[in-house]
Amino acid sequence: MAKIATREAYGKALAALALRNPDVVALDADLAASTKTNEVKKVAPERHFDFGIAEANMIGAAAGFACNGKIPFASTFAIFASGRAYDQVRNSVGYPHLNVKICATHAGVTVGEDGATHQALEDLALMRVIPGMTVIQPADAIETEAVINAIAEYEGPVYVRLGRAAVEEINTSPDYKFEIGKGVVIHEGTSPVTMIATGVMVQEAQKAIETLNEQGINPNLINIHTIKPIDEELIVRYAEKSDYIVSLEEHSVIGGLGSAVSEVLARKCPRKQLFIGVQDVFGESGKANQLMEKYGLAADRVVEQVLEFLK
Amino acid sequence: MEDLRLVANNMRKNIVKMVHNAKSGHPGGSLSCADILTALYFNVMNIDKNNLNDKKRDKLVMSKGHASPALYAVLAEKGFISEEELMTFRLINSRIQGHPNMKSCPGVDMTTGSLGQGLSVGVGMSLANKLDNNPFRTYVICGDGECDEGMIWEAAMAASHYKLDNLLMILDHNGLQIDGRNEDVMNNAPLGEKFAAFGWNVFGVDGHDIDAVTEACKAAETVKGKPTVIIAETVKGKGVSFMENQAGWHGKAPNDEELAIALKDLGGEE
Ligand SMILES: Cc1ncc(C[n+]2csc(CCOP(=O)(O)OP(=O)(O)O)c2C)c(N)n1
Ligand SMILES: [Mg+2]
Repeated sequence: MAKIATREAYGKALAALALRNPDVVALDADLAASTKTNEVKKVAPERHFDFGIAEANMIGAAAGFACNGKIPFASTFAIFASGRAYDQVRNSVGYPHLNVKICATHAGVTVGEDGATHQALEDLALMRVIPGMTVIQPADAIETEAVINAIAEYEGPVYVRLGRAAVEEINTSPDYKFEIGKGVVIHEGTSPVTMIATGVMVQEAQKAIETLNEQGINPNLINIHTIKPIDEELIVRYAEKSDYIVSLEEHSVIGGLGSAVSEVLARKCPRKQLFIGVQDVFGESGKANQLMEKYGLAADRVVEQVLEFLK
Repeated sequence: MEDLRLVANNMRKNIVKMVHNAKSGHPGGSLSCADILTALYFNVMNIDKNNLNDKKRDKLVMSKGHASPALYAVLAEKGFISEEELMTFRLINSRIQGHPNMKSCPGVDMTTGSLGQGLSVGVGMSLANKLDNNPFRTYVICGDGECDEGMIWEAAMAASHYKLDNLLMILDHNGLQIDGRNEDVMNNAPLGEKFAAFGWNVFGVDGHDIDAVTEACKAAETVKGKPTVIIAETVKGKGVSFMENQAGWHGKAPNDEELAIALKDLGGEE
């Protein structure tokens, strides 16, 4: 099956959206070729705005566009969108609940060779804590397109976390339907174990399940694309039939999906939870697959950790 | 015609009363921009009760959001909020928050308070107006201390890059920020030359002369191909004897006695 990066799918979906909806504008900060907003430049150059290497200003300008009725999609690397421009996102976008879509690419260790300065491992945490902010991480190209179309219809601030590396297509089923805030059951298992994954970790979890099956363990797998507002109902429904929960994210285990899941479980259905993710350390240079391996995110490392957890 | 100096004077009384009543707030930088706001809301901007909720009209971003008392006072003069409501400033459950909140207060065009962000928002608004080919203009009021923020210069660069002649910045040049005089805290002078070097048209004006501010705003409308900044020379604390040019009155509320003196300075209560 073809592997496509979610950022690639983003560029295509945004260009198509811009053609359909004249209110859509694309904003970038000298990374249009990487974030793929340059796709908009090809079809609607008058609605693509480069702000240069000035992320704070870009987010402020996005707020201004939204004030005057436009639907701004602002893109840069996740580390800069959520870090450099945090105060702008919080105070000029989040607090006034403006209709700004922050589509941040190059999240996580799959950034690869650029190393720790460019690998956002805390952006889900930073964005999730802003009141009223919707936080979404699509798992594949199909889901990315659905996300971009859905958030254009939704009125309010959204943070979308996209990746640099190509990922497998997961949501290929003809009855796949995307809805903000509704998790997707990827695999119905038979063991009292539920894996809850987001982004690239959905494909890793899928592969891990194949190996676990060989050992007689057959966990459920849920894709939580919307980290906020999280699908409490689905998580609780699966927790009720599980003794063990495994959260998987290409993000720090502090503040991201794992935390969001445990916040639901602690209130509604306490369960033992394994937090698969980056264990409160910075990343480093390397190939994406090497980093996934080293930081315990690759499928074989997931299997190891799950087996240890179930002992 | 109504003498706009009376409007500005009434705003000043309301500013000191609001801050006194709240026992907190920022009188100095509010008093320094009262005349600028009067010129904008009564002579320059096309904003009234009928178009208040339109997304598309002239807009004002009070980038120096701590001067919220001045903004609320002018909104009350325009009748967008009542004078009684001004006395809820900074109190629990109020629509008029410590810093302006566009979601709660009618007539507030942008939420501000974290300094340095308003000019960027103005850039976005002006770009949107250009895209729509509409004639509306965007006004942004910034402080001189605020210009220490790097983001101001990111926005200045972008405004000039995109030739935003529909954007007007008014710089409330009162020479003071919290820790003292601009040149002692962080010497960001000469601001006019800096904006000129960033490709802006620069006007200088007496920021307490309502007619002069009005004329400068109108003149800016005829400048094509670049944004304009009006450097408005002002006195922080203007109109209240003991507050004038005193950094200490940046963010301090007058007590009962001080309020009485302030109101007397402003011509007394009718
Ligand atoms: C980002 C940010 N840093 C610090 C402050 C705290 N602060 C509030 S007002 C102020 C001084 C502002 O000086 P100036 O821009 O000259 O305003 P004015 O003299 O007109 O009151 C500071 C530092 C803030 N509101 N935002
Ligand atoms: Mg000042």
